Amino acid sequence: MMNAVKFSDESLKRFGEIVGRYPKKEAAMLPVLYLAQREFGYLSCEAIEYVARLMDVPVARVYGVVTFYTMLNMKPIGRHHIQVCRTLPCALAGAERITAAIKAKLGVGVGETTADGRFTLSEVECLASCGTAPMMQVNDDYYENLNEQSVGEILDKLK
Amino acid sequence: MEKILLRNIDVPDSHTIGVYRSRGGYRGLEKVLREMSPEQLIDEIKASGLRGRGGAGFPTGMKWGFVPKDSPKPKYVVCNADESEPGTFKDRLLIEKDPHAVIEGTLIAAYAIRSHTAFIYIRGEFSFGAQVLARAIDEAAAAGYLGKNVLGSSYDIDLILHRGAGAYICGEETGLLSSLEGGKGWPKVKPPFPATHGLFGCPTVVNNVETLASLPWIIEQGASRYAAIGTEKSKGTKLFSVSGHIEKPGVYEVDMGYPFKQFLQEHCGGVPEGKKLKGVIPGGASMPVLRAEELDGISMDYESFQAAGTLLGSGGVIVMDESTCMVRAAWNIARFFAHESCGQCSPCREGCHWMEKIFRRVEHGDGKEGDLDLILSVSGNIMGNTICPFGDAAAMPAAAFIKKYREEFDQHIREKRCTVTSSTSRVPA
Ligand SMILES: Cc1cc2nc3c(=O)[nH]c(=O)nc-3n(C[C@H](O)[C@H](O)[C@H](O)COP(=O)(O)O)c2cc1C
Ligand code: SF4
Ligand code: FES
Repeated sequence: MMNAVKFSDESLKRFGEIVGRYPKKEAAMLPVLYLAQREFGYLSCEAIEYVARLMDVPVARVYGVVTFYTMLNMKPIGRHHIQVCRTLPCALAGAERITAAIKAKLGVGVGETTADGRFTLSEVECLASCGTAPMMQVNDDYYENLNEQSVGEILDKLK
Repeated sequence: MEKILLRNIDVPDSHTIGVYRSRGGYRGLEKVLREMSPEQLIDEIKASGLRGRGGAGFPTGMKWGFVPKDSPKPKYVVCNADESEPGTFKDRLLIEKDPHAVIEGTLIAAYAIRSHTAFIYIRGEFSFGAQVLARAIDEAAAAGYLGKNVLGSSYDIDLILHRGAGAYICGEETGLLSSLEGGKGWPKVKPPFPATHGLFGCPTVVNNVETLASLPWIIEQGASRYAAIGTEKSKGTKLFSVSGHIEKPGVYEVDMGYPFKQFLQEHCGGVPEGKKLKGVIPGGASMPVLRAEELDGISMDYESFQAAGTLLGSGGVIVMDESTCMVRAAWNIARFFAHESCGQCSPCREGCHWMEKIFRRVEHGDGKEGDLDLILSVSGNIMGNTICPFGDAAAMPAAAFIKKYREEFDQHIREKRCTVTSSTSRVPA
């Protein structure tokens, strides 16, 4: 099989270490899926089947887990995943205006990726940063106390 | 007011073990290992009156006491660092600024139930917090606070940092355990409780970050000093996360029993721009909203919030001024719950979506006669009819918004439009 989904030697080693940390193998499901997502970019059906084999569990169980959690993706996403918090404290501080500014700047709607694959825009629920609202998370980083101008400047810096 | 939980956070490099130890850190753990049996430790925490800070307020010492001593199975402790209740951001502050207090507290809890494996389950989005904790765990292990024969005692303890992957329901303790078992975060029917049937069917204690971070101080300073703060049923200090229309948002440590209005006015600076207060959600988005005039006489403790018809919950205080459209606020919260329902029970799965849809149409001018009573009836049918308390958490705020701001909802339906045009929570036309 060409291009079969498979961990690199380094990831395989990491897989062994992760599983060894837990009292039971199945508890390692989320860290192993994170490892797979990092290596493969997203969790395709092939990646899910591969993880199921590694973890000795039915494919349906892994599929159920992947679709349950918002941070596990079955589709490719942009290099920078913009996640604007839309929950009440952020909404009270003007989150809807932040989302509108991003949409206008990037020309995409919520749930869409720019044609160049640079940005994906999502709306998410409370990220425990409500005291510095409105806010967004881009990949791993939080950006707080946003306004329509600062959000544009932040996006300009993300290549 | 005494700083117990926030005592370290303004100190430069408070996240490092050197600074933590220079400020008395890990002395609580040393004390329990050298001088106290697990039974004495449990009694001490019972005497402190500490109640769980994750939302339910269950007495911590009593919870530990439910763990069977003679069970042949492994026992587990889980620090619940999933913090996702809208309006709550106190645990994140502790994790990022005082990770060793969280770790020390987790180890003390583990010793109390003679557990040899503990977990910190941190929400997936807290990438920075997870890095801070991972480094702190390495520091603690290198200093001999973790691992085999901790501090020369014969006690072994392993601590595993586990990242969630985005799901509010994993904050609910049985949902968390399902997630930690490698599955969807589906809550389980209680009883049996985690204390006897938790992770992989083994006795397990789940405690909130703030609960655990309170332990080192209590051990070091003594339960009686802690119990001297607060009211009869609410002891010690509590963190409140304050957000929304407030001059100085942030995390505040408050002696239990402090007057609520005075807190908002004097400590948090009141509502900005001279606007009038319209309502406050005192305990995270799951809790019933209070109208401004209801705040009189409320003190910040479990009993007083309950007597006022709401709950202290997680201490997430969301302040709304007169420009807020309460229909839109209610819709926003209903949308949150519709998005986060795990879908196992039909009243919750269907009911949350139904309520969200009706709130949305009322806000957009498509509300119908009878819509409000329909929401109240859906809410009533969810209450008490679900596997986990998420159902109640979704149903309570929906009903409270309608009951307390009925005139505003009626007006939306009558005039077929949003009647609070000054609302900040919308895109300008
Ligand atoms: C829907 C729901 C969400 C919850 N989310 C959290 C959470 O994010 N963090 C937390 O510590 N407790 C949360 N809880 C409470 C936990 O179920 C549990 O009671 C708590 O972690 C126990 O710790 P404590 O006794 O120290 O408060 C939640 C409960 C429910 C019903
Ligand atoms: S009440 Fe809702 S969140 Fe809780 S188990 Fe049932 S469907 Fe899931
Ligand atoms: S509501 Fe946006 S971070 Fe909490």
